[in-house]
Amino acid sequence: MSDMQYAYAVARIRAKELSLLNAQALEQLLAAKTEKECLSMLQSRGWGGAKNEDGAEQMLEEERKKTWELLKELLKDLSAFTVFLLPNDYHNLKAAIKAVYSDSKPERIFADGGTVDPGTILRAFREHDYSLLPEPMRAPAREAFETLLHTGDGQLCDFILDRASLLAVYRAGEASENELIRKYAELTVAAADIKIAVRACATGKPVQVILRALAPCGSIHVKELAQAAAQNQEKIYEYLRSTEYADAEEPLRESLSAFERWCDNRIMRAVRPQKYNPLTIGPLAAYLIARENEIRAVRMILSGKRNHLPEQSVRERLRETYV
Amino acid sequence: MDKMGIVFALLGAVLGALMAGVGSARGVGLAGEAAAGVVTEDPGKFGKVLVLQLLPGTQGIYGLLVAFITLSQIGILGGSAEISLAKGLLYFLACLPIAIVGYGSALGQARAAVASIGLVAKQPEQFGKAMIFPAMVETYAILALLVSILSIFGIGAINI
Repeated sequence: MSDMQYAYAVARIRAKELSLLNAQALEQLLAAKTEKECLSMLQSRGWGGAKNEDGAEQMLEEERKKTWELLKELLKDLSAFTVFLLPNDYHNLKAAIKAVYSDSKPERIFADGGTVDPGTILRAFREHDYSLLPEPMRAPAREAFETLLHTGDGQLCDFILDRASLLAVYRAGEASENELIRKYAELTVAAADIKIAVRACATGKPVQVILRALAPCGSIHVKELAQAAAQNQEKIYEYLRSTEYADAEEPLRESLSAFERWCDNRIMRAVRPQKYNPLTIGPLAAYLIARENEIRAVRMILSGKRNHLPEQSVRERLRETYV
Repeated sequence: MDKMGIVFALLGAVLGALMAGVGSARGVGLAGEAAAGVVTEDPGKFGKVLVLQLLPGTQGIYGLLVAFITLSQIGILGGSAEISLAKGLLYFLACLPIAIVGYGSALGQARAAVASIGLVAKQPEQFGKAMIFPAMVETYAILALLVSILSIFGIGAINI
């Protein structure tokens, strides 16, 4: 599809952007006294399904579904958005492996919206027929399953699939013709690598183990990062100072959750120029990222209200908004 | 070879109408897609986006105008169609500004119109400003139209 052919889709997205929650709307939600009040405010903005008695999670799930339905309607072929769908596939691989390994009935363990049907994934493991899976998933699926069978170590199995997921996201990003999608994939993988390195450093993992967990990407030299992580946190910061993620040091020193917030904000800043892009698939990808960000923010607020957390503590965790 | 004068002159007229027309058709089509996208979400904006959609359509009219004047001047619409090769080539060249600039400006204007449709989708009160951006592109189509028309009338008076 040439960029010109996105004119209709982008125009619809422009109109849809009007209903995105901005910082002011999030403040209003924060100011609500209870979770119920928040839900009612969201319902008045058209959130949730037709039934008003939906719970918080159902409402958020409904919103996610609405976003994907809109994108499916606009794009017909979602292959350009594989980068956003692949993590669901790898989540489903993990869930299926564990279900087959423990011989349990897989109920509500699969994520919607992958590129492969969860039933097919389950069958691939049950019948040991990995050819049912797309080619790039076969080797990590086999390796993860065999590792689980031989060692019984679920964490190691997740470890293999998490790295495979990151590699798949990076490759999908590289294959994309759109600059925003490429940048998103790059940032996602780089952020995950930094998080893995910090966690591995905290738990004192050796360099070979760290190297096996890190996924290569353009902006991070995994060998150098692994070597730094095998020494101490200061070495990680020192390495980051030599990359484009030098300003990640401050949030990392604060906490991993502050770093995650920094990553999301960085992605949002990369996405924001799409507000002024009249054509190309970029604004559609930006809308999807903005919706995911919005749903995450609402989940944080609802959870804060449910657990009676102070407003300020929730506010500190909120990410920058697209609009 | 003497008979080729009318061929070149007609080719110029046809190109003027054809290229400017194709540019406008593509431009109005593109802006129409964007306009339909906005109207899908908010039918109340139909009037505003329709005006923006039509802006890249003017080049097609300019092309038609130049073609019509050329056809009258070279005698195809009546009178004698006997013109020299040199004059035929001059008519051909005179039609090129609207043919080429008309095509290019229609597509450029369409992109600006699509961006303005996006602007109106989000801020309908800025419709006036949104109109100005694609309208600026019109300047160049009008300049090309002027050059083509002045040349065509001028060629009629030259005795070659």
